[in-house]
Amino acid sequence: MSEIEPPAMSSGISHAAPPVVAVRQVTKRFPGVLANDRISLEFRAGEVHVLLGENGAGKSTLIGILAGMQQPDEGEVLVDGRAVTIGSPRESLEYGIGTVFQHVLLVPSLSVIENLMLGGNWWQRLSRGPALARFRELSALLGVTIDPDAEVGRLSLGEQQQVEIMRALWRGEKVLILDEPTSMLTPQGVHDLGQVMRRLRDKGVALILITHKLMEAYEFGDRISVLRLGRVVGDIPPERLRSMSEAETTEAVIEMMFGSTAEHARDAETLVGRGRPVHRDRTVDRSAPPLLAVRDLETEATRGECPLRHVSFDLWPGEVLGIAGVDGNGQKHLAEVLAGQRAVAAGRIDLAGMDVTDDGVPARRRHGVRYVTDERLGEGTVGIFSVATNLVLKEIGTEPLWRRGWSDWGRIHEHARDQIERNDIRTPSEKTPVARLSGGNIQKVLLARELNTDARVAVFNKPTYGLDLQNTRIAHERIVTSADRGVAVVVVSTDLDELIQVSDRIGVMFQGRLAGIVENGPDVERRVGLLMTGAEAA
Amino acid sequence: MSIETKVDSLPGDPFRGERAREIQAAILRVLIPILAALVIGGLILLILGKNPLEYYGYVLRRGLLTWGGLQETFTRMAPLLLISAGLIVAFRAGIWNLGCDGQFLLAAVISAAVGPALIDVLPRGITLVACMVVSVLVAALWSLIPAILKSRYGINEIITSLMMSFLGISFANVLVKLFFADPGTTVPQTRDLAVVDRLPRLFDTTIHAGLLIALAVVILVHLMMTRTAFGLKLQVVGANPAAAIHAGLNVGWLTILTFAISAGLIGLGGSIEILGVWGNVRADWNPAFGLLVVPLVFLARFNGYAVIGFTLFFSALMIGGDSAARRVGVPSDFVLVLVALVLIFLAVVEYLDHLRRKRTTA
Ligand SMILES: Nc1ncnc2c1ncn2[C@@H]1O[C@H](COP(=O)(O)OP(=O)(O)OP(=O)(O)O)[C@@H](O)[C@H]1O
Ligand SMILES: [Mg+2]
Repeated sequence: MSEIEPPAMSSGISHAAPPVVAVRQVTKRFPGVLANDRISLEFRAGEVHVLLGENGAGKSTLIGILAGMQQPDEGEVLVDGRAVTIGSPRESLEYGIGTVFQHVLLVPSLSVIENLMLGGNWWQRLSRGPALARFRELSALLGVTIDPDAEVGRLSLGEQQQVEIMRALWRGEKVLILDEPTSMLTPQGVHDLGQVMRRLRDKGVALILITHKLMEAYEFGDRISVLRLGRVVGDIPPERLRSMSEAETTEAVIEMMFGSTAEHARDAETLVGRGRPVHRDRTVDRSAPPLLAVRDLETEATRGECPLRHVSFDLWPGEVLGIAGVDGNGQKHLAEVLAGQRAVAAGRIDLAGMDVTDDGVPARRRHGVRYVTDERLGEGTVGIFSVATNLVLKEIGTEPLWRRGWSDWGRIHEHARDQIERNDIRTPSEKTPVARLSGGNIQKVLLARELNTDARVAVFNKPTYGLDLQNTRIAHERIVTSADRGVAVVVVSTDLDELIQVSDRIGVMFQGRLAGIVENGPDVERRVGLLMTGAEAA
Repeated sequence: MSIETKVDSLPGDPFRGERAREIQAAILRVLIPILAALVIGGLILLILGKNPLEYYGYVLRRGLLTWGGLQETFTRMAPLLLISAGLIVAFRAGIWNLGCDGQFLLAAVISAAVGPALIDVLPRGITLVACMVVSVLVAALWSLIPAILKSRYGINEIITSLMMSFLGISFANVLVKLFFADPGTTVPQTRDLAVVDRLPRLFDTTIHAGLLIALAVVILVHLMMTRTAFGLKLQVVGANPAAAIHAGLNVGWLTILTFAISAGLIGLGGSIEILGVWGNVRADWNPAFGLLVVPLVFLARFNGYAVIGFTLFFSALMIGGDSAARRVGVPSDFVLVLVALVLIFLAVVEYLDHLRRKRTTA
């Protein structure tokens, strides 16, 4: 942007370090979309540069170019002032650019340390000793404890992401790019990550941070750039950012993102995490029998997973039960067991008085159980299949889209166009492979698929992970409206603010147990916080 | 090499503007390796002191341009098509059934044993159908072990199906020598099914009706994979097993079913080759078609219609190559050299294409 606005350049850059990496007039087109439209940005050593923008604005595409995953159609990339071609992720690493992508790219069947050693050159021997030393160094730097021999596929998403960060830092970097790194972390995790980012920044690393949470942008960022429809539409340089309050920043960013502040007041609240609870005034009738009764559930876990231990709770129609807890405390098993995707080792699940413990996914779905997974590319979708196919992935073979087993592609595509329109999924066409959509739009495909039919129990695992503020609000509203229609809802999230907004009660998972369930209300943060540390139910 | 390809022929996938370009690129990806293989094959012939034009001329004439050769080529297509159909089902479901030779041979021996025994008591039509059914079942049964090992214990089917293939080939031999040997000859072979009792010929040709069965099966398999719920489920399992579990598909059962269908179709190929062409099985007979068909199916990117074209090409190469080799004076296995070259160039082109794609679409 500095080329476009000379005055800003003179005031903004004069006393800052020269850019280590810059893009100039970069344009990238995909079939049917202009993902990056003449973008010019500069990234400086010792600066956390935040990129903001709605879902599909082109943030991931831009860093994909820096990471060597894609080539710009026009424009150039400069490293230390020299125009370069970054032809592959390896070349990117060689230029000192390390990237943590939005979607986990680790090999799930290998151990943590094996994944980290993969980055080495193929002609070199893999030596575990030095790798372990570096692993400990980075563990200390990040302040995390992960078993280096745990199989990556068994780790929680949050832990997998920590491994990703290590992988990016593995060679000691000039630039560290983080694409929505906080969406899966607990407040504590976000705080820790912030500390890591500050330490790295003070060591002269240039950091690029993509986030949908303005609070984080304000807290961690030195400079903010806003993207919209592939263009840079605004920039807040460090001096200005330092002089602004959080509220002023929010207002300025919202204005850049959407053009006007008034109509997006609620989005702004979501963005800074200060939203009013969406449905506080509704009361749940708990005198009736519960819709879902869970008793003493236990699961078996392989190494690195956290199994369930004696989990019991009741859930009434129209009620939203939030499940809080640090990632990796059994939430995933709980969600999967409720969906019928994982067998129980002991315990019992009753749905409307009927024992459904041994029902698999199809039977539970027939009973109205819906599950929005948090692994949208891992298991939620088939990346190479079209958006249309993915929208009906759980209904293959059922009427009316299939007739006597024959696919009616005409109707499947029509159904998809309808869903795309109603859920505002940004895709060039219903036939586009789903993996080509932006992260937030893939999430919208999942939400559309699970909520389009008659649901009685809906389980959401991190439902707003990767959604921009507007879509986050829409997702929250959909959760609440389905509860209003009488659906019993379970929302698993590591974001306590989100749970406080949508839940009637909040349960806390700790080491596979449901440490306690508290009514949402004043003081809920403190009580949940107590439970999270393992204190017994208040 | 396989994963990106599966989308190509799904009716529901890449969108229109891209579609034409995709098809064009797909054709190039196939033609280039074949042409390159023919050129390098020609150079090898030159080095051997043979005239490559003469060799290719004979191949062309014998394989396609003479009536007798063309009939032989068409006849040869039948088993290749059925093996391809079986492999398409498996490969699209992400199951690498490499046990085709064992499944093929066992089925062939069963048909050769059952046919002459039944023909004495049953009419020809029923005998032929019975042979095919029994062969299909035996081949499917033979695939059960790798299938169960994979679905229950997650053991890689590439290794187990290959092992079962070797076992199947040996077992077929044992059957021929010990149990079904024709007492009327000293040569270890099964009893002969008389020419009049074999599959009917088409009109006045030497081509047998098995070709029609094979063509129908390939087309049906293609339609099954692209237009039915069952086919789509198999593709989900193949493309992302975790998503299949998440969507509630019974992955274990689908794996076993896929193996059974795949092996059954390959077995049908073995059966009609006996019922249509040979009439008996000699001990140690093993045409090893699987070796040839696996790359062919990859070349066709698991597309049923493309498979038909490639099968014609490969059959002509086999039939023509046999006699051309004799006339020009190179080993008849020279065809395999050509096939190997096609494969190598296929991989090279695939790699270059991958680089190109990365530059344009990521
Ligand atoms: N490989 C691709 N092929 C086709 N289109 C693509 C591809 N990658 C991205 N796009 C399209 O480019 C646009 C920008 O996507 P991008 O992933 O950069 O968005 P984003 O700003 O990161 O969004 P989000 O916040 O949802 O992650 C989207 O419309 C997306 O569908
Ligand atoms: Mg993105």
